Amino acid sequence: MREKLVLIGNGMAGVRVLEELMERAPDRYDVTVFGAEPHPTYNRIMLSPVLAGEKQFNDIVTHDRAWYEGHGFTLCAGTRIDAIDRAERRVVTSDGRRVPYDRLVIATGSHPFIVPVPGKDLPGVVTFRDIADVDSMLAGASGGRRAVVIGGGLLGLEAANGLLARGMTVTVVHLMATVMERQLDDAAGYLLRRELERRGLAVITEANTERIFGTSRVEGVRLKDGREIPADLVVMAVGIRPNGDLGKATGLAANRGIVVDDRMVTSDEAILAVGECVEHRGQSYGLVAPLYEMAKVVADQLAGNGDSIYQGSVTSTKLKVTGIDVFSAGAFGADKEAEDIVFRDAARGIYKRIILKENRVVGAVLYGDTADGARLFQLLRSGNDVSAERDTLIFGPAFAAGGAAPDPLEAVAALPAEAEICGCNGVCKGKIVAAITDKGLQSVDDVRVHTKASASCGSCTGLVEKLLKCTLGDGFEQGSSVKPICGCTSYGHDEIRKLIRAKDMRTIPQVMQDLGWTTANGCSKCRPALNYYLLCEYPGEYRDDAQSRFVNERVHANIQKDGTYSVVPRMWGGVTSAAELRAIADVVDRYDIPSVKVTGGQRIDLLGVKKEQLPAVWADLNKAGLVSGHAYGKALRTVKTCVGSEWCRFGTQDSTSMGIALERTTWGAWTPHKVKMAVSGCPRNCAEATVKDFGVVAVESGWELHVGGAAGMHVRATQLLCKVATAEEVLEYCCAFLQLYREEGRYLERPWPWIERVGLSYLQRRIVEDAQSRRALQARFRHAVSFTQKDPWAERAAGSTAHEFAPLAEIMA
Amino acid sequence: MKIDWIDVGVMDDIPVMGARVVRSRDGDIAVFRTADDQVFALYDRCPHKGGPLSEGIVHGRSVTCPLHNWVISLETGTVEGPDQGCASQIAVSVDQGRVRLGLPRASLAAHG
Repeated sequence: MREKLVLIGNGMAGVRVLEELMERAPDRYDVTVFGAEPHPTYNRIMLSPVLAGEKQFNDIVTHDRAWYEGHGFTLCAGTRIDAIDRAERRVVTSDGRRVPYDRLVIATGSHPFIVPVPGKDLPGVVTFRDIADVDSMLAGASGGRRAVVIGGGLLGLEAANGLLARGMTVTVVHLMATVMERQLDDAAGYLLRRELERRGLAVITEANTERIFGTSRVEGVRLKDGREIPADLVVMAVGIRPNGDLGKATGLAANRGIVVDDRMVTSDEAILAVGECVEHRGQSYGLVAPLYEMAKVVADQLAGNGDSIYQGSVTSTKLKVTGIDVFSAGAFGADKEAEDIVFRDAARGIYKRIILKENRVVGAVLYGDTADGARLFQLLRSGNDVSAERDTLIFGPAFAAGGAAPDPLEAVAALPAEAEICGCNGVCKGKIVAAITDKGLQSVDDVRVHTKASASCGSCTGLVEKLLKCTLGDGFEQGSSVKPICGCTSYGHDEIRKLIRAKDMRTIPQVMQDLGWTTANGCSKCRPALNYYLLCEYPGEYRDDAQSRFVNERVHANIQKDGTYSVVPRMWGGVTSAAELRAIADVVDRYDIPSVKVTGGQRIDLLGVKKEQLPAVWADLNKAGLVSGHAYGKALRTVKTCVGSEWCRFGTQDSTSMGIALERTTWGAWTPHKVKMAVSGCPRNCAEATVKDFGVVAVESGWELHVGGAAGMHVRATQLLCKVATAEEVLEYCCAFLQLYREEGRYLERPWPWIERVGLSYLQRRIVEDAQSRRALQARFRHAVSFTQKDPWAERAAGSTAHEFAPLAEIMA
Repeated sequence: MKIDWIDVGVMDDIPVMGARVVRSRDGDIAVFRTADDQVFALYDRCPHKGGPLSEGIVHGRSVTCPLHNWVISLETGTVEGPDQGCASQIAVSVDQGRVRLGLPRASLAAHG
């Protein structure tokens, strides 16, 4: 009969023990897992991106229920353990069950530390520890409200950054003189503080909280010096303390945490403990790396390898605030014996400091450029003598190798097996390489499935790819499928978008700098793509770069073969009036426009307009209520309609009004490529809706929604997305469709190849089956267009970018 | 051949990584400004089909023609890549932010 193993605590440490155990002795135990949180296990270190809105909860779930089932584990999520009966070797659940064990692992984690000040229990005072905390912060984080974060350490700054990203006004109050003083020295702390303040965070240091005030809920924080900071939300993020409650109640030896020996065994031989709840050699840890090191030893012990011991961890930290790179490891305090090597580049905001003692690295602080963190951490842990490379240590291995431009493959090849590649899932190089060779993995996706490396934030995808290349040699080159967007970079469209999000890159130069563009300022392929991706990612915040736009989008007209332009006013749903037609006729006469043509999308095209005439032409058209038709843009072009039930004897619905409503809702949104739509009033389909990107066909009972048609070089009929009953639903589904295309379509990829690539069923899952997802997409779409539904003609007719339309000089003398 | 240096305005009026047009009797001249504030001038006609180079996307020391994506070197006027051709160059001097174009006196006189 198999032994019974019970795990209390379904968090990162406990689950890691199970993973490690499955590699060693998969059949030895019957495993039962108790978790107080009702969720499957998730990556707690990724809560900050969830708070900041960069990730959804589902993105950070690391082990779903299927994983437990697949291994035959019994998972009791949402079940607390109230007591341990050590004499009978049973745990007692909150609902009174008594579950027997042969070996017990306690992994109960930690409690957030609550500053003992008056008002700490007021509604609106929260901690930052689990997903429930994130939910309550988000509930209080509606735009424009004020938050105070108590604590300027790692946790507090991540919380503050997240709330700032959610639109709150945020003040950090910190007891010490320097933020993150436990990890950073004064110089790096200063750079970090300056950057946070630049982003809009208020930071008050040497601030001692006296009380939190408010009557029925929190209203603010009062400092000892008398200052009062109003707040609708107060986040306590001053640290954690080990949760050894259960161990203490059971009579296990415990101080701050449950005391374990080097075998991770508590004072009871049958009981082991792991993670933040532990006290080992007087130390407790709150970082993920030590937990994983402990988990290995626990698994060894459970698997019968009694020799395996844990000897404590040297830790390093990285701040998970996107766009700010901070690394710290080891000691950096004042030590007379220690020697510093310092590098500063104030203009680029880079600061590096390596602390040596007897020619060995004992500490490192990196700000702004943390690429060398893994290597320095390695040197720190190995304790190797570095006198030979001391002169060039601070410039990194590439410089030491002769100053040549570093070969990215070489850098990866040079990493030791223990070097961590994927920080989110704690996967080291050795494990990935072993998986590649042992299991014959060929692609990044394979590596993801087998090791989880690059499965969370994706920012290590490039590293994983390079590991594949190093390990498989030429064999991988052929298998590599990521096509770079142009010759300036080796990254593909999807990777770039992921990295923009993951690293919070905000400008084109920043993307080029951070992703190692090989050209000074890109080319005519990558610049418009990057401009679009940033515009889509940061609506209302990113400043559109006119010089990275194709001429048509820059001057809001279509360039023709002779350098003149064509002008197409918007006619909503293809409907016009005598007044509009008269205004157009007047403009044609006044500016002597050579050609007038009706377009395929039911609009009127004025051809042969000279560039310098454009602002005046637009001003006159504006006066008659005509606005830009975006006939020149990667944007919604036209919604073509038939006359529908209003006039047609076959019409089943008012397709004209539907088309006008669609166009009024969706115009002005930039998209990866042009978008054409149509609404037909009956299945005879006079508006040709089934060769449009988004086509609506009225039927007796409602509306059919079709997607992915085209009638250009490739003629393709649409596929039916779904059927809906009301006009409101047509609008909602259309917005959701456009937003999904905006977010996931590659630049210059029409909807039909995009749908071919991701599959219609994917669209149906995101838009039709999941109402929450649909509404979220619609909300993001509406938010984005709220900034762009402005007539660009009116802005230019009023003088915006006037230089664009006039010559610099005339030299006719 | 004598060169006349003709003041056409200040560099700051040219967008970075953009261009402005100067009208002349010999046709439009595109005056480009690169990301590192170098100024170049070419006749505003792509050697391919006469497209207005002033409307192209400027990158590095090159411009991509808006009509058919030919890439022209701003430094030499020659076409980069597999295509062949050359746009006519005009000398430029920038002094204290003022841009002067160097035009052959003969051509001015011929039209004067």
